[in-house]
Amino acid sequence: MKALNSKNWQYFLGPLSKDNPVVVQILGICSALAVTAQLKPAFVMAASVVVVTGFANLIMSCLRKGVPSRIRIIVQLVVIAFLVILVDQVLKAYVYDVSKQLSVYVGLIITNCILMGRVEAFALGHKPWPSFVDGIANGVGYGIILLMLGFVRELFGSGSLWGFRVVPEAWYIQNGGFYANNGLMMLPPMALILVGLIIWVHRSSNKDLIEK
Amino acid sequence: MIAKLLRNVVDRVKPPFEKDGKLSWLHSTFDAFETFLFTPDSTTRRGAHIRDSIDLKRTMIVVVVALVPALLFGMYNVGLQHFRAVGDPASAAALWPCFWYGFVRVLPLILVSYIVGLGIEFAFAQARGHEVNEGFLVTGMLVPLIMPIDVPLWMVAVAVAFAVIIGKEVFGGTGMNVFNPALLARAFVFFSYTSFISGDRVWIRGAGKGGEYIDGFSGATPLGQIGENAQQALTDAPVWDWIVGTIPGSIGETSLIAILIGAAVLLFTGVASWRVMFSVFAGGLVMGLVFNAIGGSPYMDMPAYYHLLLGGFAFGAVFMATDPVTAAQTNAGKLIVGFLIGLLAVLIRVVNPGYPEGMMLAILFMNAMAPLVDHVVVGANVRRRLKPAKR
Repeated sequence: MKALNSKNWQYFLGPLSKDNPVVVQILGICSALAVTAQLKPAFVMAASVVVVTGFANLIMSCLRKGVPSRIRIIVQLVVIAFLVILVDQVLKAYVYDVSKQLSVYVGLIITNCILMGRVEAFALGHKPWPSFVDGIANGVGYGIILLMLGFVRELFGSGSLWGFRVVPEAWYIQNGGFYANNGLMMLPPMALILVGLIIWVHRSSNKDLIEK
Repeated sequence: MIAKLLRNVVDRVKPPFEKDGKLSWLHSTFDAFETFLFTPDSTTRRGAHIRDSIDLKRTMIVVVVALVPALLFGMYNVGLQHFRAVGDPASAAALWPCFWYGFVRVLPLILVSYIVGLGIEFAFAQARGHEVNEGFLVTGMLVPLIMPIDVPLWMVAVAVAFAVIIGKEVFGGTGMNVFNPALLARAFVFFSYTSFISGDRVWIRGAGKGGEYIDGFSGATPLGQIGENAQQALTDAPVWDWIVGTIPGSIGETSLIAILIGAAVLLFTGVASWRVMFSVFAGGLVMGLVFNAIGGSPYMDMPAYYHLLLGGFAFGAVFMATDPVTAAQTNAGKLIVGFLIGLLAVLIRVVNPGYPEGMMLAILFMNAMAPLVDHVVVGANVRRRLKPAKR
């Protein structure tokens, strides 16, 4: 079997745009609003979710024939929790400051709707490799939106990107310039409005997403 | 004579904008200007007919006319406050230097507001193939009037763009918006650039950027001062100044007299609802009296009617809460929503130290609640009418 035949390729491409978990399925909104005030935590969060969705799908797909369906939810939770704890430990070991910034939201990956959604909807009915691809793709689709939000919010909210100053200091009003950071960008409501704008643009460029 | 001349000019430039004309893609824009100059003589063939000669454009113009007293006084007050702050009593005593100073500084705000807002409205109408709506005529005038004079122009531009796109166009344009667009613009500035719309440095021109006040002059609004130290601010309260409006504040909100002239125009022409106006004032007064009854702090013991004179209360009650789109639609609903606006505004002012002015938040909140109130009112009416049938 080819690693990425056309079907698997579709599984991979779908969640990136037409079937994006955040802007089409409207899943995982909560963390998308919470951790995107800056680009760096947004990226770390996205990477963590990619790892967890990918492996949660893979493991559950391997176990799908052996797990009685009435206890499957608790098994899924154990698997996801195990992966999240793993990711949390790695973050604490290697990027401690970002881990501090993300605080509870790493732990809350467990409750991210994308995870349970993909495991339930996909991994339980597909073979391990396609499930793995689907998990990774959904994580990446989520990550793309997070990075877009993080980019806009950090650029206009703090005038920097990835912690590096982009807007020159001299532009600021207190230094005799004309510019000021947009405080609303740092608040979650603006992130929700931005998600709405992304959905607007996305739907008007994908006509088949528009309901009759 | 002039009308005829204008008609001829319009007719001469019209053909390319008609269907299949060269510039037919700009039809909405042309139509907007034509109907702005002349009442259209076309009538609907079937279905609902307009029963009144007053259409949306003329309704909006009445509101703009009603805003003129507040605007003119606002311009005068900008100059007055400036000359007082820098210690130039000779100029402050004269009418024209004050007015001219304010006129030159307020005009750019109005221009920016109209150019950005109308530009976006025209672009959206054109892209959707709609006629251009007149809804922005009032919003464009309200926005500068509820801003502090020292707000940077680009912030006004960003706020207006946000309010028109997010507050209005995404809901379907004029008549469909949930929130009052002008207040949304102010809320945007308030939460985005807080330090430019609150505190004691922004209400007076020429004070923010390193300019210094003379000794003993406070640039804070009366509400700000009361919020800071009610005891001190309320001794010898200059009530007459609050009524005339010679106090620091947003450009159009300070003068109760100018606002009441506008209110008279609105009520006389029947453009605004007296129910909303009346109940907002009633709500504010009742809440003030409740605080008086509770007592305990100088702010709570403040005479209840002070609240109606201060800050944006009167301006919001007359020009914002009465917005026919975002207010409740039923008569009982109008009374309820108006009452709650007044009540909440005073509640926020007195209880929440973070927001010395509560009118903006109260109106926006009740904008969101108005459909719910209408729903309850209509439901109650249905039940009342059904009662005899059930018995």
